[in-house]
Amino acid sequence: MADEQNNGAHESETAYGRFHRRVLEGRAAVFAIATTVAISIGGIVEIVPMFSASLGPETIAEVTPYTPLEQAGRDIYVREGCYLCHSQMVRPMRAEILRYGEWSRAWEYQYDRPFQLGSRRLGPDLHRVGGKYPDAWHYEHMRDPRATSPGSVMPAYSWLLDWTTDPADVTASVRALSKLGHPYESTDEEWVRGQMQSQGETIVANLAQTGIETSWDREIIAVIAYLQRLGTDGRRVLEARETAQAEEADAADDTRTADASEVSGAGGSR
Amino acid sequence: MDPDRTATQPATGAAVTPVYDDAVVKMFFTATVVWALVGMLVGVIIALQLAWWPANLGLPWTTFGRLRPLHTNAVIFAFAGNVCFTGIYHSTQRLLKTRMFNDTLSRIHFWGWQGIIVAAAVTLPLGLTQAKEYAELIWPIDVAITVIWVVFAINFFGTLARRRVKHMYVAIWFYMSFVLTIAVLHIFNSLAIPATLVRSYPVYAGMTDALVQWWYGHNAVGFFLTTPFLGLMYYYLPRAAERPVYSYRLSIIHFWALVFLYIWAGPHHLLYSALPEWAQTLGMVFSIMLLAPSWGGMLNGLLTLKGAWNKLRSDPILKFMVVAVSFYGMSTFEGPMMSIRAVSGLAHYTNWVIGHVHSGALGWVGMISFGMLYWMVPRIFGREVRHPTWVSHHFWLATIGIVLYTVAMWAAGLMEGLQWRAINDAGQLANPIFLDITARLEPFLWLRLIGGTMYLVGAIMMAINFWQTIRGSGRPVEAAARAA
Repeated sequence: MADEQNNGAHESETAYGRFHRRVLEGRAAVFAIATTVAISIGGIVEIVPMFSASLGPETIAEVTPYTPLEQAGRDIYVREGCYLCHSQMVRPMRAEILRYGEWSRAWEYQYDRPFQLGSRRLGPDLHRVGGKYPDAWHYEHMRDPRATSPGSVMPAYSWLLDWTTDPADVTASVRALSKLGHPYESTDEEWVRGQMQSQGETIVANLAQTGIETSWDREIIAVIAYLQRLGTDGRRVLEARETAQAEEADAADDTRTADASEVSGAGGSR
Repeated sequence: MDPDRTATQPATGAAVTPVYDDAVVKMFFTATVVWALVGMLVGVIIALQLAWWPANLGLPWTTFGRLRPLHTNAVIFAFAGNVCFTGIYHSTQRLLKTRMFNDTLSRIHFWGWQGIIVAAAVTLPLGLTQAKEYAELIWPIDVAITVIWVVFAINFFGTLARRRVKHMYVAIWFYMSFVLTIAVLHIFNSLAIPATLVRSYPVYAGMTDALVQWWYGHNAVGFFLTTPFLGLMYYYLPRAAERPVYSYRLSIIHFWALVFLYIWAGPHHLLYSALPEWAQTLGMVFSIMLLAPSWGGMLNGLLTLKGAWNKLRSDPILKFMVVAVSFYGMSTFEGPMMSIRAVSGLAHYTNWVIGHVHSGALGWVGMISFGMLYWMVPRIFGREVRHPTWVSHHFWLATIGIVLYTVAMWAAGLMEGLQWRAINDAGQLANPIFLDITARLEPFLWLRLIGGTMYLVGAIMMAINFWQTIRGSGRPVEAAARAA
């Protein structure tokens, strides 16, 4: 019966079989320790170097954390499970760059908690969606995806137009994130509320131009702020680097201008 | 024969027959069947939503984005989790010839786990999530999982400590790796700073968070859906076939190779991403190596039937198990292939991955579970299955369902992958409009829905069959047969 299986059906004893039987199979504690060691090595070798500057993902100073309104939008993105249909990772492949734009760099994600790379593209990648469409497009798209994108299979997210964000709640997020090292100017609720309102009112004003009436505290405003931010740090930094490189090349060519080697620093402040 | 070896043989007719706690096995058994139906039903619903978007119902709580984690959590942690606990509580007692360490801990484990599942079923549709795949549950539930897992571990290792056989059988090794590794994975992946009672932020950011998550995510497949199920295979397949396991030597080699190699494979989920190149390469290389120990397990399972293949014709339970092991072999061949960078470049983000996951989940996990449950019913409930022919019907519904599912997803995935990347003679995208490609997927999505529905119908038949059996219309098992 089943308990005979310690004998292989047809085998003779081997040295390692005897060793395994004597040292491991008879001692649960030894077996448990050996198993723990076996399953730990791979994780340690792969994960620990992630915290080293040279082996881990690159971080750069030019990228700033999400503003309180953008972070609120990101939390809504998380809540609705957007990552289950939309990736945020443009791969360094020709077709992806043509379809979405610059491929994604590690430092673009340095303030992403949790990461939202996604694993499935039921809809298109969103990592370079920031600035691709006007605010009003996103508003209409969330209200009725088929209004802007005929044939879309995305559900409508019309409640985002009605539900409101709560600055007190967003402040709790900002405080937790600042504990994790995200540099925020302040973690006071007044400051958070002020930031949300001023950034939100800009979006409200944009929407008003196409006749959409809403207010800065609607969830849709936070979502738009987040989506419009996506991928823009990367684009800005990469463009600045390109400009710097071009200027450097010009300067090298131009021997008559003595001060042309002055190269603008990569990226401005946001 | 080495007398040491015979120590693990059954004490047939031994003076002392330990009294096993089968009440808790029955509880886990019942929970398994209930959650199987829930998890698979949600799967069918979200498959419908993908084929026909109005099935999202226009409500926040029923959109795909909120129900998909409910489906994955229900089938992995509720269905497969309860299968593992059913089989582990049943077979561990028999393999170690002792009752579980502590009946109260067994009950805390049972009710705690079911409570966690109910909490998941409430919070996920409400949008309370950490948005890390298969680790979505919010931090208070994560804490509860940790506590209940510790209870389970104490109960399991306590049982090992008071075993009445000297040597632990191979199934126990696999169970042990399950208990230990899931604890490590869950704790390190869940480290987070709470902002509110329902929201928290992981201590890892960006690509590091991604790596930790896929270290967890891939090993949830490895140590939640593979090693415990291999343990179940090592106990229930030889029992059902009435044959000893093919090779003891192979079981030693493939066990250690599997647990050592699996843990490295996570980065294959992040090929071509911004993860440092060296980590991607390690993930790819170890994923390919993983083929060997995976097939070691498959071969040990299949060859156990050597000399007993004729039983396959008449015994639907063996059919379930053999198809399960075959799907295990198939998906552990497909997985390493998909981990090759160039193949991942095509397959990643497509339905192909969904097909791959389901050939493992429906084919391997589901089928070995059904085989085990059917085998167990007369032995723990004391009644023969009420409708023996339905077992066969279930087998064929499930098998054909899986084939439809995976074929549809392969076709859809390849099509998507190729059309996304196609470039025309002018050097431009051949399919610049993403939604054009989406529209072409529709027939495959309906085909997948049919396959998944067949699988669900089979599971419903199983549930009705068990219900009628246990409620008393099953023929009582003869005492002699039961003792066997």
